[in-house]
Amino acid sequence: MHGRPRKAPTPEEQRGSAEKAAKLCSLQSQFLQNHHSKIYTKEALEISAKLLEANPEHYTGWNYRKLAVEHNLGRPEEAAGSDFIDSVFAEELRVVESALKMNYKSYGAWHHRKWVLSKGHSSTDRELRLLNLYQRQDTRNFHAWNYRRFITALKSIPAEQELQFTTDMINENFSNYSAWHNRSVLLSHLLKEKAQGYFPKEKILSEEYEFVRNALFTDPDDQSGWFYHLWLVDQTVKVDAPMLVSSWPPHDYDLSNPKDCTLDDCGFFSYTTFKYHTGKFPLVLYFSEAVEGVSASTVTFEAEYDIDTILTWTPLSTYNSVCAQAWVTHLNIPDRKINFPKAYPVKVSLGHSQGIISSSGIPYSHRSCITVYIPLHDSQKAEGQKLERILWTDENFCNLETPCQKSNPLNSVLQLRIKEEIDPTAFKWNAETIANEIAHCRELLSWSTWKIGKLTLARLLMAHGAMMVFNSPDSLNMVHFAEVLELYRSLIELDPTHSQYYKDEYSLVFLKKVILLSVNYSCGVGWGEASLISIPTNLMVASSIESLLGYCRQYRDSTPLSASGCLCLRLSNLSLSRIGSVENFLWLQMLDLSHNQLRSIEGLEAMQLLSFLNLSNNKIGSFTALDPLRLLKSLEVLDISYNEIGSHTVDTRRYLCTSPLSHTVGSDWNFEEFRICNDSVTNYWEAFSLFRDLNLIQLDIVGNAVADDKFKSFLHKLLPGLKWLDGEVLL
Amino acid sequence: MEEAIIEPTTFDLIVVGTGLPESVIAAAASSAGKTVLHLDPNPFYGGHFSSLPLHDLTSFLASQSQPSDARCPSSPQPDGSDHTSVHLATRPLYSALNVTSYSAEPLESRKFNLDLAGPRVFFCADSAVDLMLKSGTNQYMEFKNVDASFVFDKNSGGLNSVPDSRSAIFKDTSLSYREKNQLMSVFKLVQGHFEVAGSAESDGGGRRISREDLQRPFAEFLNRMQLPQKIKSIILYAIAMADYDQDLEACKDALKTEDGLDRLALYHSSVGRFPTALGALLYPLYGQGELPQAFCRRAAVKGCLYVLRMPVLALLADKDTGSYKGVKLASGQELFSHRLVLDPSFKVPLPLANSPPASLQNSSHVVGLRDVQGKVARGICITRSSLKPNVSSCLVICPPRSLYPEQVMAIRVLQISSNLAVCPSGMFVFYLSALCEDAVEGKQLLETAISSLFSVPTSGSPEDTSAEQSENTEVLKPTLLWGAVYIQELTMLFQKMYPDEEFFPNTASSDQIEDDSGLDHET
Repeated sequence: MHGRPRKAPTPEEQRGSAEKAAKLCSLQSQFLQNHHSKIYTKEALEISAKLLEANPEHYTGWNYRKLAVEHNLGRPEEAAGSDFIDSVFAEELRVVESALKMNYKSYGAWHHRKWVLSKGHSSTDRELRLLNLYQRQDTRNFHAWNYRRFITALKSIPAEQELQFTTDMINENFSNYSAWHNRSVLLSHLLKEKAQGYFPKEKILSEEYEFVRNALFTDPDDQSGWFYHLWLVDQTVKVDAPMLVSSWPPHDYDLSNPKDCTLDDCGFFSYTTFKYHTGKFPLVLYFSEAVEGVSASTVTFEAEYDIDTILTWTPLSTYNSVCAQAWVTHLNIPDRKINFPKAYPVKVSLGHSQGIISSSGIPYSHRSCITVYIPLHDSQKAEGQKLERILWTDENFCNLETPCQKSNPLNSVLQLRIKEEIDPTAFKWNAETIANEIAHCRELLSWSTWKIGKLTLARLLMAHGAMMVFNSPDSLNMVHFAEVLELYRSLIELDPTHSQYYKDEYSLVFLKKVILLSVNYSCGVGWGEASLISIPTNLMVASSIESLLGYCRQYRDSTPLSASGCLCLRLSNLSLSRIGSVENFLWLQMLDLSHNQLRSIEGLEAMQLLSFLNLSNNKIGSFTALDPLRLLKSLEVLDISYNEIGSHTVDTRRYLCTSPLSHTVGSDWNFEEFRICNDSVTNYWEAFSLFRDLNLIQLDIVGNAVADDKFKSFLHKLLPGLKWLDGEVLL
Repeated sequence: MEEAIIEPTTFDLIVVGTGLPESVIAAAASSAGKTVLHLDPNPFYGGHFSSLPLHDLTSFLASQSQPSDARCPSSPQPDGSDHTSVHLATRPLYSALNVTSYSAEPLESRKFNLDLAGPRVFFCADSAVDLMLKSGTNQYMEFKNVDASFVFDKNSGGLNSVPDSRSAIFKDTSLSYREKNQLMSVFKLVQGHFEVAGSAESDGGGRRISREDLQRPFAEFLNRMQLPQKIKSIILYAIAMADYDQDLEACKDALKTEDGLDRLALYHSSVGRFPTALGALLYPLYGQGELPQAFCRRAAVKGCLYVLRMPVLALLADKDTGSYKGVKLASGQELFSHRLVLDPSFKVPLPLANSPPASLQNSSHVVGLRDVQGKVARGICITRSSLKPNVSSCLVICPPRSLYPEQVMAIRVLQISSNLAVCPSGMFVFYLSALCEDAVEGKQLLETAISSLFSVPTSGSPEDTSAEQSENTEVLKPTLLWGAVYIQELTMLFQKMYPDEEFFPNTASSDQIEDDSGLDHET
């Protein structure tokens, strides 16, 4: 079944298949005639059986037989004799069986069998016997495994018994993805039910680690065991219930007067204040996984002023309208002339009801509370702010100024993590288990190089690091960032076919490293002199160079009233291919990601304050890849110059995004409105769906195949607020 | 016994003895259309390859341990005859026979089918199995899989299963993860080597081992892979089935890498060759004695004439040239043939074998089963319990130095249970064997193996075994009911016959006679 090389057909074989094709053609035309005329006689059924036995892939054939069964059973003259019903279904099973003999990987045939069985007139015992036969002939046929799950559910065979079956199959030949997969399905069920002998979970998982380790060590080149191992690691690492990871504004944050007075001095967030002229500000909740059900009833507000309590929450997802990792709502800013009090506290609570649910159905149940201080709406300040053109050149950025050296200006924003009471023993077993797996992985890799071993080690190290930091942020120096990055670097070289994946992972780890080191650094400083001493000097040095602060610059240009003074995170020229750790960047207003290898900007949609974004000189291949920007309502300055938009004829990301065929989006688009020089602009659909939601002031798009004059005039029409397009002032 | 007259009196071939090699030749010659007479002095088929009831076995071994009583040497034939009679002497193939019964009640002799020359198993992919399939003899026999292989662990004194396949390595509980990885690497290396050798272009992952390396000792090759002794020992003795200690400086029979790899490949192609046999090894139902019988049956179907209980007393030689003419039977009848095959217990008379050289050089008319330097020590044990719980048949290897430091030879022990119809139900038969230089060494090898694997009751108190078992609660050794140890001379057939005739239709060459008998003696 497996590992048989394909051979070029001999002339006889070619002749044979030509004859077969001719025979099939005539059968098919007879069959279709019957089908169209709705003839379901015995003779007609025989023709379809012949056709299906010769070509089990003929879906229409199977559907015809379903119709025939329903038609024949519904005839009044047959009057529901049980013998007759049984014989009809028995015949269907016979046809499926001979079709499966022809190709027992035929989807249509297996599906038809399921359909027959679901009617409840056939013996499941017989099916099980048949399956045992099939699964002995080809132990890895996933169709048979699939069908087995269907039958065992129908027969209510206990999961323990099926688990033993997978053990037997794996013992026979452990190179069996289907068996490992079924094992994970069955165990998930048993662990969830806490079935007898399958509790505690820790004991069972430890046994499973040992079991699969035999496969990994015996033949590390075989990937099936590694996949099961990955599932085990996931079971060990993942926290069942969703958690609130971060928020904007963070807890205890005073928007009018951040506690850290240096912020005011430096004016980093002057632009934030500037944005308040709209009278609203965004409140973002970032969860550990995608959740649904964030609404006015599941998240409650308490405020000393009159806020609109029936708030609308929007999921920040480009392709899912009910489920997202980040959710946003917009709060009113109290509009009063009196200058006292300076700011009002707003208390946001969630977890009091079970309405917020993860995609796996587990509710958010942790009671959390965030208090933020909302400034008063200063309508005078909002007036007259004029923006000059943003230039992303190095001259316009300077290192953070001296006042900041005493205390980290990022302090207040970096402590975004929701502090919760952590039971120090909570993850003891998990951390030990992962540490143990790391040791085994290292041992294996000390003998020879296995790509999947390296990948697993990198994943394990990151998982272990995350656990250690979660338990006690002091243990940050135990995270082996350098080793993980080195592992991915060598994987990129060893396995060029999958280098894109490794580059993505590399980017995520890199960003995590940057942010985690900063958190530690800022915490250390924030706790004052005493805690400063406790942090090893080498870590201080390393973090001050490599941490986020090392990538932070202040924007300065000649005009004092523009974005000048704004804090910019400059992550350019870092070979990043993906964006991660977004939960730590919710406060960002200015982001420079130029000169990287980004193909996608997934995750960026959660940065609701983002106003200035530089994506120039990346590998963005289409406007659909920029879809997350649609959700960034604050975005005013965008540089997507020198990318690959329009260079690829096939947009591989298209299937993920909203389609022009969808009735929910874009039905209001009037093509005529944007007609340029009598040319149709229907092929600018993606650009339209992206830009029509944005209020851009400045856009750079030069250096993309799509950016010709015609397109630019289209943009000009589409974006009336645009002041600069590729540096040219628009009137 | 009524003296029957055999008709006709002239044959293409006369074969004396119905042992396995003789039977194969008789069947092959008959299949090739030759007229064949097959004689045996015994009342049963199989000669030294038969399976016998308990008492018959001991009496046969005893009788074959004595040299035949010297009768009158070559006596001239009556006048007028054109040939002389040369008396045919036999030599004892067995020696140092030692039989002990520990059972209180006598064992039911008739319920046993004990192999004279065990242990003998087949690799599923063995050319002998191909021979049986091609010759059609497989239809007269039924084989069963040997359930498991074990290797004696000198440290624990217990038996570890031989991790002989990918899934066996996976399941094994005695190997460390490191050892699992190393053993599998060797298997993959071998597989890769043969894959590359098999295909013209080397696009697979395999890497061919250099010609130079192939000529080097296999033990050295394994050493260079930095395998621990334990893994090396499993590969050399339990999979490649080496006899001599391969780590000795002056190894008598150092396995070359080339041959070692071939043996590993044979083992691996045996695993799963037949859908009903999961392991690598086969054993016939009713014992090894079925094999020569099956070939005799095949020969008889093809027209071979069989006469049992008919000893051959003398060879007839041409008076002038001294070359072979025929045989003189115990009945007094004289029969003539172009060629003769004698079983290995005969001493081929010197004058006939040596002179005149011209006639024998060109075509050998008399084929004796030449003896080879060396002996094999054999043992048979009977118990009421298995060496391993829930295992009915298995092969146990005691590698060199596993039993005692001076042990130079590997010892093989085959356990067969009543489900192969060789003993009464509830009992187990064990066949032990080891190559040896002399009887003393052979006896030491087998006796140490027996005392290591079994609990041997002290004579006089046959049933009093409870004391030893309670002391040794970790490993419950089977208690010996009956045991026999003897030394057999190694014999092999090396001559080719009928080089122009096909050796069974569809068979490649007559070389296989050589191969088969060779392999039979090895295992």
